[in-house]
Amino acid sequence: MNDDLLQLCRRVAADARPGEQIEAYAVRTHETDIEVFSGHVESLSIAGIEGVGVRVIADGRQGFAWAGSLDESVVRDTVADARDNAAFAEPDAWNGLAGPADVATAPAVEFDLWRDSLASVTTDRKIEFVLELDERLRTADPRLRGVESASYGDGAIESALANSLGVDAQVRRTIASASASAMAGDGDETQTGYGFSVGRDFESVDLGAVVAMAVERTVRLLGARPVPSRRVPVVFDPLVTASFLAVLGAAFNAEAMLKGRSLFQDRVGESVAAPGVRIVDDPTNPDMMGASPHDAEGVPCRVNELVVDGVLQGFLHNTYTARRAGATTTGSAARGGYKSTPGVGIKALSFTPGTASASEVLAQAGDAFYVQSVSGIHSGTNPISGDFSVGASGLLLRDGAFTEPVREVTIASTLPRMLNDIAAIGSDLTYLPGSTAGLTLLIGDMTLSGT
Amino acid sequence: MELLLEPDLLDVTLRHALAGGAEFAEVFVEDRRSSSARLDDQRIEELVSGRERGAGIRVVNGDTTGFAHTADLSPRGLADAAAAAAAAARGGGAGVREFALAAPQTYDNDVVVLPDSVPKARKIELLKRADDAARSTGGAIRSVSASFAEGRRRILVANSDGLVATDERVRTRFYVQAVASGDTGMQTGYEAPGRTMGFEYYDEFAVEAIATKAARQALTLLDAVPAPSGKVPVVLMRGAGGVLFHEACGHGLEADLVERDASVFAGKVGAQVAARGVTLVDDGTFAKEWGTFGVDDEGQPARSNTLIDNGVLTDYMWDLVRARKAGRASSGNGRRETYQVLPMVRMTNTFLTSGDTDPDEIIADTEFGVYCVQLGGGQVNTATGDFVFGVTEGYLIENGEITRPIRPAQLIGNGPASLRDIDAIGNDFATWSGMCGKSGQSVPVSSGQPTLRVQNLTIGGTAS
Repeated sequence: MNDDLLQLCRRVAADARPGEQIEAYAVRTHETDIEVFSGHVESLSIAGIEGVGVRVIADGRQGFAWAGSLDESVVRDTVADARDNAAFAEPDAWNGLAGPADVATAPAVEFDLWRDSLASVTTDRKIEFVLELDERLRTADPRLRGVESASYGDGAIESALANSLGVDAQVRRTIASASASAMAGDGDETQTGYGFSVGRDFESVDLGAVVAMAVERTVRLLGARPVPSRRVPVVFDPLVTASFLAVLGAAFNAEAMLKGRSLFQDRVGESVAAPGVRIVDDPTNPDMMGASPHDAEGVPCRVNELVVDGVLQGFLHNTYTARRAGATTTGSAARGGYKSTPGVGIKALSFTPGTASASEVLAQAGDAFYVQSVSGIHSGTNPISGDFSVGASGLLLRDGAFTEPVREVTIASTLPRMLNDIAAIGSDLTYLPGSTAGLTLLIGDMTLSGT
Repeated sequence: MELLLEPDLLDVTLRHALAGGAEFAEVFVEDRRSSSARLDDQRIEELVSGRERGAGIRVVNGDTTGFAHTADLSPRGLADAAAAAAAAARGGGAGVREFALAAPQTYDNDVVVLPDSVPKARKIELLKRADDAARSTGGAIRSVSASFAEGRRRILVANSDGLVATDERVRTRFYVQAVASGDTGMQTGYEAPGRTMGFEYYDEFAVEAIATKAARQALTLLDAVPAPSGKVPVVLMRGAGGVLFHEACGHGLEADLVERDASVFAGKVGAQVAARGVTLVDDGTFAKEWGTFGVDDEGQPARSNTLIDNGVLTDYMWDLVRARKAGRASSGNGRRETYQVLPMVRMTNTFLTSGDTDPDEIIADTEFGVYCVQLGGGQVNTATGDFVFGVTEGYLIENGEITRPIRPAQLIGNGPASLRDIDAIGNDFATWSGMCGKSGQSVPVSSGQPTLRVQNLTIGGTAS
């Protein structure tokens, strides 16, 4: 592994003046993106990004600056900006960087998220792959009217971090994915559905799976329309469950808790979900796309049980929230890239799978609404108040079997009620892009609004 | 104004990009400075500064666009990126295109005070004032966060048509989020107007007013009743509902989606797609608005484009590459988030023009319905026309009067159907600013509208 990023970060950190703490975080990516439309390559982009983020803490005051360049003179200016910014922030006794004691709170995690093979796949081979995806999807089912988009992307991402307390860390990962969106219907009706496949190398991207998924999700909605409003059990498909968890994840954030903005405020040790429900953030599972050996402060990741048998166990912490709350970091520092300071965030959140297969969950649901996609999940859910109201499309279930397709309805409840109304958790754990995994989930009662 | 790249270097870079034979090449250079600060828990938590500079090069050959970008603006860095973009465009065979760069076109903005020229201490003071104002709104306010973000983005575009254009966009936005706590749990309020302005933004927007609005919203929602469930008439207060039309039809009028047959509005130019009286405009020249610029990110002057005229669809929005293919002019809607991504068709400031009904009459004329004062973000599937958006501050209308606040809920509808269902248009007007996401790129946009009523939208509350 080339450690020039780490060397750069160490040089920046070594620049700390007496009484000052400095952390540098540097990133380099190399990415390929191919979009195909109507049998030809519409765009092909081959590019990389480099950048650095510098945090300076002096007298309890924190400043931050970033630059989209690793050029030495730009990095120097960035350090100066961060220092100047720190002078204007207000002191907070809990401010500080991760130290060796924080790193020692969990054993180091060893796994390799990097696949050398990705670099040896030629651009021509990738282009061929997307052209084939587009072609196969177009001809996969007579009910399809066209392919809205077909694309392939991969990336090699390296990052490093070093701070003046002697902590350093680096990680590199590769990712490859393909996705396609199909359209079906004639006359005035259009239904759309997408499929995707993601892995750490080119070989693990499954073209057939993308096609099958896009076809299934599109054609089963043909004829969909709004249905009358009702109270109804709702089944989330694995993708929807993953979106639900991504929203819920904010409530486990100790930063939100410390500022009085978590709906789990003062609830540790209490029941917040139905008995048997277990929710875990586990970045040490290399099958999770959000897996990582360490967090955004260089602290080792670990398994964090958040809900066990329906009872809230605690919150996710970085070193700041841990200091302030008198807790221990959970290795959950997260940052949105080199342009932001580490906050707290989920990395690999999932329900622990149950024993029932997806079809057994459907059978248990009986007469219910099976939701295959939701819209407006960010505008329609509020992890502070707990309100949950989103647009949904899917199929009605009768006796556990798919019947009429539905669109243009909403489903609503509150996050606390939904957790308590969980009636079945499928065994079909599905690893997905992002920081959550999905599975089939039955929620006993929600309000469906339609006609 | 000094160019971000010397004309000679632009010229030679374009020649590299065209060397393999291609129809069109473009160099886009960007220099961006941004800064922000956040107050939370009554403390200035953090100040952030960012800088970014680089060039994106695209080469169009037939139906294929090749793209590469670099943060290295040396002749060598640019030549490498140009070669990579040319290779990605799979050029070859065609003759090498000749061109000569014209004199640069520059566009003046009317920014009065560059944010960088204002001392940080003075900006920090604004955050404190907002915090005080929000907290003094009511004892139930438990938590306040306030922040500002300001940015200066200079761009330079040169292409093989000989065009050279520059633009500078200075944007400022102030955010306040307030959390109130009561017997019914916690509720939030949020207000964040954005403008294409410098520090003079604060002459137009008093931070106390922004803060008070956010705090009042959180306090109001403490008394909220569950939102209705099912189809209801919806009255959108001026400004609040612009995002509905942004979602309901704006995205569906973007030529890239139309071209893919991924829009319910494909093939509908000349057709009556909305109720009479509905006129929809996208206007990148709207002074100081959040989505305003001098030239777009393909160097095309911002324009005011009427998309729907009295209910009839008149045109789509276009970027340069698609417009060239269609043999027409760009409508000035080619935008990109950064030099690191390709431009695409994007909205600017999209609004419905005013009608002649008194807004109070519209409410008085509604027996039962929902009155929306603020909407959160929304989302649309352009191929089906189905859209959603969150009502973050809404009230019941009962017997022609605004009565109780409702808990946040989602509204869902279908674009073409909602446009036909507009049955009252007010004589007032206001805008709303937000960030619009499309294919992973986020750009500032505003939307606007007079108070109006949509006869039939589904609201996803939990009231039985």
